[in-house]
Amino acid sequence: MEHAQEHTSHTKLIWKVFGILSLVTIVEVVLGIIKPDSLHLTKILGTSPLNIIFLILTLVKAYYITWFFMHMADEKKSLRRAVVWTAVFLIIYLATLLLIEGSYINDVLGPLTKWNY
Amino acid sequence: MEATIATKANGKTWDGGNNKPLGASYGKMMMWFFILSDALTFSGFLGAYGLMRFKFIESWPIADEVFTHFPFLHGFHAPMYYVALMTFILIFSSVTMVLAVDAGHQMNKKKVTFYMFLTIIGGLIFLGSQAWEWKNFINGSYGAVQLNDGKIIQFVDASGHQIELKSFATSAHSERIQHTKDKGLWFEKEATLPTFTVAEVIEGFKANPDITIRTEKINADTKTKTIIPRAEAMAYLNEANAVIEGANLKVNEYGKTLFADFFFFITGFHGFHVLSGVIINIIIFFNVIIGTYERRGHYEMVEKVGLYWHFVDLVWVFVFTFFYLV
Repeated sequence: MEHAQEHTSHTKLIWKVFGILSLVTIVEVVLGIIKPDSLHLTKILGTSPLNIIFLILTLVKAYYITWFFMHMADEKKSLRRAVVWTAVFLIIYLATLLLIEGSYINDVLGPLTKWNY
Repeated sequence: MEATIATKANGKTWDGGNNKPLGASYGKMMMWFFILSDALTFSGFLGAYGLMRFKFIESWPIADEVFTHFPFLHGFHAPMYYVALMTFILIFSSVTMVLAVDAGHQMNKKKVTFYMFLTIIGGLIFLGSQAWEWKNFINGSYGAVQLNDGKIIQFVDASGHQIELKSFATSAHSERIQHTKDKGLWFEKEATLPTFTVAEVIEGFKANPDITIRTEKINADTKTKTIIPRAEAMAYLNEANAVIEGANLKVNEYGKTLFADFFFFITGFHGFHVLSGVIINIIIFFNVIIGTYERRGHYEMVEKVGLYWHFVDLVWVFVFTFFYLV
């Protein structure tokens, strides 16, 4: 950090990461447009395999942006853990509770909703 | 004792003394913790969206049917294309930003200036794209009818594709005009009147024997909206309360109003972040030009705004997934 002059250029790595992010986005968009029935209409872990693929690809993109664009890889382990672990733990905690609660409300409310007249 | 006393700063506000607790400068560390808290704010919003979506999982609008517009392709069904383009614009402006940071490490003022400029342009294009997306969502595409209990009924042709109200509704040339403040009481006004009245839509529906309706309810086997046979359709239309065109915070022709509320709120909050990012980038851009960081001896400020800018991109990655893909 102190030796700004010695800093080597990471241009190659940046373009590589851009390539990966673009590729992942293209895969997401293609899957989102085609929506193959075998992935879209089947169910595993409470949702469709397609949704799980989207979630994993999103996390892959988040990793590349944080680690290589925001240079988290170059930070000290202590800073990295203070930021990443806090976020990951709290977000998983919040999302789990809210989604369980949402499906519970749906279980109770769903049967009471009238769809025919 | 000595360990607890902060060493004296050398008089500069953002210097933060000589202690570097996590190996990062004061400004950079604080930017990281600001980003952490902002990430939790966005998680709260997206989590609330998830809660409501799970609550109404059987009738939530299908994103592919909502966002189908693409510039210069009128009437062409183009799900995802536009938002994919927006995603690429934002990723690309992230790349130019990180290239600016990289050039800053080499003290290359010319390159920093150039890449900062490209980043700002990318940010502005993204904002413009979002405005266009909002415009299409607000104006709507087909029009629908709202029932007394708030449910949305859309119209489909024989092949099950949605059709526009104007393609079948008969115009009865009613005398009803919008009540604005300059007509009658100055403190009373009403919202824009829809193109057709409920009676005109029902009249048109009766006159076109091959069209029918569909409800918001999603068929779990095909993941499509349920189409009601024409024989049963009138029982629904007898409940019709209002004609809905487009979406706003109160009504939404695509289905649940909550979908529109969350869409405006979350993409709006993200767009506001992009806007403030562009403004901060412009300030830093001019600082680069006048040589502030050249004189300071390092381009750390570019790195800090870079962190914020990448965070905005990171949030968009999640908004993209939860609003358009999942």
